[in-house]
Amino acid sequence: MTQVVEAGAAGSSAAVKAGHAAAAAGGMAREFLTFRLGEEEYGIDILKVQEIRGYEAVTAIANTPSFIKGVINLRGTIIPIVDMRIKFNLGNVEYNIFTVVIILNVAGRIVGMVVDSVSDVISLSAEQMRPAPSFAAGLDTQYIMGLGTVDSRMLILADIEKLMTSSDMALTDMAVQ
Amino acid sequence: MAKSILAVDDSASIRQMVTFTLKSAGYDVIEAVDGEDGLAKAKTKAVDLVLTDQNMPRMDGLSMVRALRRLPAYRTAPILILTTESGDAIKSEGRAAGATGWLVKPFDPKRLLEVVRKVIG
Amino acid sequence: MTIDMSQFYQVFFEESAELLGEMERLLLELDVDAPGKDELNAIFRTAHSIKGGAGTFGFNEITETTHILESLLDKLRNDQLRLKSEMVDVFLKAVDVLKMQLAGRQSGSEVDAQAVADICQRLHELADGKPAAPVAAAPAAVAPVAAMTAVKAAPGASAPTALDPAPVDPSPENLYAILTGAAVSAAAVAAASPPDAEAFGLFAETPVQPGDADVPRRRATDAAAEAAPKTGRRAGDRAEAAEASSIRVGVEKVDQLINLVGELVITQAMLAQTASRVDPVLYESLMNGLATLERNTRDLQESVMSIRMMPISFVFSRFPRVVRDLAAKLSKQVELKTVGEGTELDKGLIEKIADPLNHLVRNSLDHGIETPDKRVAAGKDPKGTITLRAFHQGGNIIVEVADDGAGLSRARILAKARERGLAVSDDMPDQDVWQMIFEAGFSTADVVTDVSGRGVGMDVVRRNIHGMGGSIEISSLLGSGTCISIRLPLTLAILDGMSVGVGKEIFIIPLTYIIESLQPAPGDIKTISGQGRVVQVRGEYLPVVALHEKFNLKSNVADMDKGIMVILESEGAKTALFVDELVGQHQVVIKSLETNYRKAQGISGATIMGDGKVALILDVGALVRLSKPELLKAA
Repeated sequence: MTQVVEAGAAGSSAAVKAGHAAAAAGGMAREFLTFRLGEEEYGIDILKVQEIRGYEAVTAIANTPSFIKGVINLRGTIIPIVDMRIKFNLGNVEYNIFTVVIILNVAGRIVGMVVDSVSDVISLSAEQMRPAPSFAAGLDTQYIMGLGTVDSRMLILADIEKLMTSSDMALTDMAVQ
Repeated sequence: MAKSILAVDDSASIRQMVTFTLKSAGYDVIEAVDGEDGLAKAKTKAVDLVLTDQNMPRMDGLSMVRALRRLPAYRTAPILILTTESGDAIKSEGRAAGATGWLVKPFDPKRLLEVVRKVIG
Repeated sequence: MTIDMSQFYQVFFEESAELLGEMERLLLELDVDAPGKDELNAIFRTAHSIKGGAGTFGFNEITETTHILESLLDKLRNDQLRLKSEMVDVFLKAVDVLKMQLAGRQSGSEVDAQAVADICQRLHELADGKPAAPVAAAPAAVAPVAAMTAVKAAPGASAPTALDPAPVDPSPENLYAILTGAAVSAAAVAAASPPDAEAFGLFAETPVQPGDADVPRRRATDAAAEAAPKTGRRAGDRAEAAEASSIRVGVEKVDQLINLVGELVITQAMLAQTASRVDPVLYESLMNGLATLERNTRDLQESVMSIRMMPISFVFSRFPRVVRDLAAKLSKQVELKTVGEGTELDKGLIEKIADPLNHLVRNSLDHGIETPDKRVAAGKDPKGTITLRAFHQGGNIIVEVADDGAGLSRARILAKARERGLAVSDDMPDQDVWQMIFEAGFSTADVVTDVSGRGVGMDVVRRNIHGMGGSIEISSLLGSGTCISIRLPLTLAILDGMSVGVGKEIFIIPLTYIIESLQPAPGDIKTISGQGRVVQVRGEYLPVVALHEKFNLKSNVADMDKGIMVILESEGAKTALFVDELVGQHQVVIKSLETNYRKAQGISGATIMGDGKVALILDVGALVRLSKPELLKAA
């Protein structure tokens, strides 16, 4: 069961909510939010996704890695924004009305990550998932849970919580494993 | 209508225990923290029984009893002194001040209810 | 109907803790040579109250201890015995023992039965006026029955004699039967009520007093309106003033309230910002409404912040005892003075400042105040003085620990610093020399006592103070004394700040650190051997920290003399912070960065501005500290 998500942030919260509902309904399948970063397509556990937003002006914090853009005000809470396109050295990075930010809720923290675009929410059964490869473009294999295949698409299933709380992302004072 | 009792004691835990015990048995309870407070509260509402500790700051129990007895509303009202002593001294002092009787501390809820029922029903 | 008494235990524990605190305070203030009758009565009453409660709730071992204490106090207040200073020491020990016994009941912590037996014996001996015949430790070794919590008898306690460790009936009447079974001195037995059924009685006739002129007016007030607070709600009134009633509220509820008010402040600021673009004449009533809203919000905020404010006496109160005990241990004569005990600060800070203050006071006692001989030799009064002072200044509270002791030795500190390879120079200002004692492992003490001197304390003290958003300064004069001054923000949630612009960004500087701001003349800015910039302000050369350089931003200002220098002061050091422009002054609500991110260097927090954007709050202390090495190198 898939729900097509319009490009951009509008209309996506409904999809995310529906995804959460489906995941809660359980069964053997798991629900993934899929998005594009460069040439690759990724899938992350829908339950880690809080909402999807456009990109708004960020307050920069000095002396931080370039992929940490800074912080924003999310309805009264201050959260950091990381740009995964910069983290994965994907070349030209633009910020416009089509720029998408996925707001994650991982390990009790709220973090926003910028991606190229969000695709849809997909349900994957066990048969559709394969073990992680020993290589991947940009993403360290320790953060890859496996590969997912749907039709002709290959999705890199990422452990987004492990990634965001690792010292690689420099978002926490100590790595929260 | 429920009978009302004024409980005067500077110890919050004793006051709470007394209030809870008496309220659970259907009485209305007014609390006061010392003699002065007790006197003030007694003046605003005529209660059916006064229970008072002896050792309290600002105004002790016996002084309060003497003051209460000067009020027409409390000329003959039942007043019990809660005392840690049961020797002759407290008895004569209590009687001289005008108390109706005494109850020795520490007491337990059962004893308290027995005594209160005996005095005001 | 059986009533579960345990629901009243917590109130009893809290009440007893307060009573013991009061007893201790009264004991410490007693004039041994001429004790006041009122004071002795007050001390007696505290013991009496605790005994009453303990008896009611079946805490027999506590009843027993307080009973012996009470008997001795009774004799003293009735002039049957004369007060001696060693009695005060014993009383203070009894307070400690009672605290231990209460803790044993409340949380199951271990109770040293031998200590209990010892203190009971001492109290008996004092009451008898002569050393009593050896008394068995028996009473204390009785395991309290039906105990909510376990009480372990110390292995060294003498074997209980006539008492069997099997469950004993805890009812009050039997208490004295138990006591009489043990080898207890006559005094205790005489004071005990006969355990018979004379527990209640009515006098034969109720005497009627002749009426007086005063007729009380019967108000038609309904009983319900006057009725005591419902069970379960604690009316925490102590008899200080009948009007002073209070409600116990959970801290989380208060914090939630403060958060909500914070949000209100932000929303009101946003409204004000939006409204500033609107024609004030056309929308006059709207503007008036907003002005009123701003006043209301400010009042509400002050009101809510004050809920968490408590007087610093809560912290100061423990020190008379600490000083007394420690001075005795060190064979020094020390008097403790406290000034400004009513000064209020946030409850959270009260808890956090206790440890650092404790360390500083112990340090003063150990290394500051000299022994009586040394003091006399130096022409001083053999009795030294430690002063704890607190007062408000601007948006801060200042807490000082001062002593008239030996003062800090600049030479020794410099020598020690060199020894440890720290960068020093002979003409370092005193302020900087004194701050060296905060370096980890630094101690110029000759002897490491078990009190202090290991050098692990001062760096932790400073770190704790910084962690509270505060700063710590030292002033000292060799031979005269030392004063350590701690500055803390009055509240953790709201801040008065100056917003400054650097490039496209806005930063907030807490007002309390700002001395002044000025536009420097071109000639006032000098560069020292290519290492650091300084600016001349009224004859002083201050190190310049350029914010755009520190934060890798592009400044909008071409030359430094076209921008603004904000002169900051922290921990005795001044710095000039270079920014593009001053934007404005506001009260900001401090938001945490660490909740979802982490501690950022040079930043102490963040806030949300009227336009919804995030602005970062500068950690002035850190910025000033970072600038010092530049000056040091330049010197």
